[in-house]
Amino acid sequence: MRAAIVGIGIHPFGRTPGVSGLQQGAVAARRALADAGVRWQDMQFAYGGSYSAGNADALGNELGLTGIPFINVLNGCATGGSALVAACQAITSGAADLGLVVGFDKHDRGAFNAQPAEDGLGDWSGEAGFMVTTQFFAMKLRRYMHDHGIHADSLVRVAEKAYANGALNPNAWRRTPIGFDEIQRSTMVNDPLTKYMFCSPAEGGVALVVCREDRAKRYTPTPIYVSAAAMRTRRAGAFEVYGTSVSLDDAPNATALASRAAYEMAGLGPADVHVASIQDTESGAELMHMAENGFCEHGEQDDLLARGATRIDGRLPINTDGGCLANGEPIGASGLRQVHEIVLQLRGAAGARQVQRPLMTGYTHVYGAPGVSAVTVLQK
Amino acid sequence: MPCDARILSTPDRLVERILWSSVGDVRSRAIDDALFDWPAPDPALKASRCRHCGAHAFPAMESCRNCGGTEVEAVELPRRGTLWTWTVQRFLPKPPYRSLQTETTFEPFGVGHVELPGTLRIETRLLEQDPARLRIGAPVELAFYTQYVETDGTEVVNYAFRMA
Ligand SMILES: [Zn+2]
Repeated sequence: MRAAIVGIGIHPFGRTPGVSGLQQGAVAARRALADAGVRWQDMQFAYGGSYSAGNADALGNELGLTGIPFINVLNGCATGGSALVAACQAITSGAADLGLVVGFDKHDRGAFNAQPAEDGLGDWSGEAGFMVTTQFFAMKLRRYMHDHGIHADSLVRVAEKAYANGALNPNAWRRTPIGFDEIQRSTMVNDPLTKYMFCSPAEGGVALVVCREDRAKRYTPTPIYVSAAAMRTRRAGAFEVYGTSVSLDDAPNATALASRAAYEMAGLGPADVHVASIQDTESGAELMHMAENGFCEHGEQDDLLARGATRIDGRLPINTDGGCLANGEPIGASGLRQVHEIVLQLRGAAGARQVQRPLMTGYTHVYGAPGVSAVTVLQK
Repeated sequence: MPCDARILSTPDRLVERILWSSVGDVRSRAIDDALFDWPAPDPALKASRCRHCGAHAFPAMESCRNCGGTEVEAVELPRRGTLWTWTVQRFLPKPPYRSLQTETTFEPFGVGHVELPGTLRIETRLLEQDPARLRIGAPVELAFYTQYVETDGTEVVNYAFRMA
């Protein structure tokens, strides 16, 4: 028994002045319910969260206070992914038949300013300037480029693709293509990453209606089945965000652990995936996550990106909706946006950015502080 | 100044610094007493080592994040190592960052992880922010600098590494 996604809804990402994060979540929830042809009153449970926009169960004030178990999820960048994992477990265990998963957020401008105490760290690490996630990604990338001989042009190519895809997505924040030279010459933020290679904190909401596999066709002619949903945290010895020290023996990181678990659960491997949404907090993250999720060998990325292998018309399209780079990052909603996009692609309903090949299997991967990752395998 | 913070001392200039400090016009303290002793004749970074599995942690922990063991001993980290990775922080971090600088006076600073033989790789400020001089594998050594100054004039000192 698997869970099936039978309804999806999104509130456009970016900046929506005057609309709270919670209201954006409510818009997404209503759209997902309408997409599945069900009412909020039919939901037997809801799981959801935000990082900066309040408890998700406050959605009851918008949608109706029906008394159902509504569990607030707060799990960093894996908030949406964790809510989906929990919802799938509720369905597959037989505890419930039909429920809602929702994520939304609304962040201030500029880089996130996490408080060290949230992650069990001393105040000194914040005072010294270490609570800056962009630094981590730049440092991980610098080492990765050194170890695997990655050329800086590849970082530009990832960003160029993201904005090109975003231009085709009516729900994206950044809808104007940006050229190779402009990306390369934009302000250096954290070497080797320039301004246009980073995503920005943003706003948005996404909701999914999930149900038992054997009842999915009641709600939609095109259910998408969750063949795997796995969430993992960091292990000792892995290089992860906000790590003030790491042992010298390299352990697999949270992404590698979640990815491995998901393939095992789905009974397939990376070669079986036709389209993927993977975490692109910055362009180097997408590049590294390509290998960490098994889609290529470490160091193979220069060649793949130069050949356009991850573009919509490539061998393995990645982040067809423009990813975090073009959509921005509302933490609570970001992981579910990835699922929303893969469902659209598998349904054949992705419009101008639809992959023009038969698609059977899609993949999503989210990663964030302080070393959390959630992966799904989605199938027709 | 090459960095947003003034270099207070490096091991060879430490004695001079402490004499200056003892004159009484400048008081200073460690950014966190758990990290290193300050002032001290020859400060080192304070870590912990698990008596069960041997894993180190910095800052020191009271239990082991590798095996969960609760018997740990205090150890000093080596003062010299190599640069494992680096970046340059080119925008002023939001609070809780505290520094001597403002949006208008901000100067980029180096951040990295340094590998200290036989123990750990640790995150650190680098007293070098020129990409041409930051090289993975380069030798580095422990140094100290003033991160910020409290309203009563006390200088708050943090650890860093500089190119050796
Ligand atoms: Zn241990």
